[in-house]
Amino acid sequence: MRWKETEYCGWGRVLSASAQVARPEKSEALTAALADASGPAIGALRSYGDAALNDGGHAVQMTRLDRFIGFDPETGVLEAEAGASITDILSAFAPKGWMPTVMPGTGFATLGGCIANDVHGKNHHGAGSFGQHVQSIALMAADGTTKRVSPSRNKDLFRATIGGLGQTGIIQSAKIQLARCSSRLIQVDERRADGLPEFMEMLAESRATYSVGWIDATAKGHNLGRGLLEEAELTSSNMTPKLRKARKIPFNAPSFALSPPTVRMFNKAYFRRVPEEGRGVLRSLEDFFFPLDKIHDWNRLYGKRGFHQFQCVLPDNTAEEALTTMLKLISKAGLASPLAVLKRTGEGRGGHLSFPMTGYTLALDFPHSKNATGLVQELNRMTRLAGGRIYFAKDSLAEPEDIEDAYPELADWQKIVAKADPDGAFTTDLVRRLKLRGER
Amino acid sequence: MSETWIILGASSAMGRAFARHVAAQGCSVILAARDKADTARTAEDCKARGAADAFAVSFDARVPSSFRTIYGVAEKQHGTLNAAVFVGSMPPQEEIDAEPALGDSTIQDSFTGPVNFLHGLAPMMEERGGGTVVGVGSVAGDRGRIGNYTYGAAKAGFHTYLSGLRNRLTRSGGHVVTVKPGFVDTAITWGLPGLFLVASPEAVAQDLWKAVEKKKNTIYTPWFWRYIMLIIRSIPESIFKKMSV
Repeated sequence: MRWKETEYCGWGRVLSASAQVARPEKSEALTAALADASGPAIGALRSYGDAALNDGGHAVQMTRLDRFIGFDPETGVLEAEAGASITDILSAFAPKGWMPTVMPGTGFATLGGCIANDVHGKNHHGAGSFGQHVQSIALMAADGTTKRVSPSRNKDLFRATIGGLGQTGIIQSAKIQLARCSSRLIQVDERRADGLPEFMEMLAESRATYSVGWIDATAKGHNLGRGLLEEAELTSSNMTPKLRKARKIPFNAPSFALSPPTVRMFNKAYFRRVPEEGRGVLRSLEDFFFPLDKIHDWNRLYGKRGFHQFQCVLPDNTAEEALTTMLKLISKAGLASPLAVLKRTGEGRGGHLSFPMTGYTLALDFPHSKNATGLVQELNRMTRLAGGRIYFAKDSLAEPEDIEDAYPELADWQKIVAKADPDGAFTTDLVRRLKLRGER
Repeated sequence: MSETWIILGASSAMGRAFARHVAAQGCSVILAARDKADTARTAEDCKARGAADAFAVSFDARVPSSFRTIYGVAEKQHGTLNAAVFVGSMPPQEEIDAEPALGDSTIQDSFTGPVNFLHGLAPMMEERGGGTVVGVGSVAGDRGRIGNYTYGAAKAGFHTYLSGLRNRLTRSGGHVVTVKPGFVDTAITWGLPGLFLVASPEAVAQDLWKAVEKKKNTIYTPWFWRYIMLIIRSIPESIFKKMSV
């Protein structure tokens, strides 16, 4: 097996690593790679920080092991190799009336990555997290042996693998339950929310299957926390969706592209795009679920310096107060980009280290700078004090103390992982930075 | 009208990408490669992607008896028969220099094996009329270079055969596309130094499909290799023999 010396980075492009990377195309080659050396499995590199980085070590890129292994058109159960992407699954099965039950904000994410980060989607409040629709996983240990883990077989190991950041072994393939979809279109209703309390109430009262809020992180005063609520339902329209053509960002954008005045102006216009009385539009599934995927390499919009994403989830009892304080701090700093999301989350989570909890999740991008780093660290502290959590898939700046109380099942997870991977073959930069596997 | 594609070398990255592409068009696929466990998995994948049917069969360019199984499966399919050939082997030239017998297997894998297979298939294609053969050669076949001239010679022979086969199959409404890929991002090239302008297997598969639909005779993929090779071919031999490109 040939290993390639590779410089690579997380989606936020601030953290990077240099590692020996193997990219097997057959199961046989994966076994051969593990016989040489071991390292964590990596996928499409869509996590923002260092979840997929292993500086100075090895890594196994799974993107070429991306085949569908079996599909039952009666039950909608799909078995696929870990490198299959969500978009690939959606485009192959939507014409047959099925789609992934949970879809993250990018369709480029791989099946393995979605499991290892127990991702959630715009239907989290109803459907739960990605891992809750996984029926079984073929998990390979560092010694090359494969175990099948499921909610009934090796169930502790299964739970530790869901959201387990690749620490229990290499996810080779998995069986997932797809959901019915009647067409390739989705009916989206958009409404304005004039301020944070109103926005939170609208989110809490929404009965829509899919709901997500865009929040204007530059708004201040009585506009603080204003935004747009998108609620969506699948339709049975048989119109063929008009797919927008993918575009590329061919170069790193100059820094003024996201300067505070530009962002303020953009946000204002974006907010007013939706009339006061709201509006309904019909979109393709791809455009609704993966709004940024049409712009390949959109992370280049932040320029060479890269960016950080902060995403927290806050429990109901502290959410309003904490969000108000956070948004005040953010709008005062004027560092946020227009990409900001507020969403209601339910209790659904599939593993010990899964992110979601009942409450609200806020996600924001900040172009990298010293001030932005300080701001995100402050937001991380505020999250901890409010009894919330930060999302490992997004994080690049947290410190071990920011997470120790946030994940009450961390100790259980550590025990299972210590047994599954006693030599620490699958550790990553993230795991080491946050000392997730304990002091070693 | 139903179409069947025989894919020789279906467990290579390009072969797999092309198989998926034709599967998504609803064609049946016969996936032939040495690693049958791997092609069996790709067969399931092709079915899930829309292939009317998918079969995995063992194929070894050095074992002529393995051809018969494939003809047998193809015989049972209705409609037009097509074939895409992605097989070949390229040991480093120094290894062949050290062990000249290795040249034989390189030539078998890249030239005589696929040629004999296609020669057995041609009468079946003629009988049914129509059908397309996609033969993947190489830019290495355009000029003998110090780095890989045994492989290059085998591919040059393959190009010549394909041109003759095109001449033959045209008479029964069939067609042959000769493909000369440059560097493609596969397990073979992964981590090799000195590669540039590397194409993804999916992009190559798309190019192949376009060439099939437009009945192109010879294509370079990505397209700019036509011009790179034009330059390389036009260097006078008196100069070229001293170069190491």
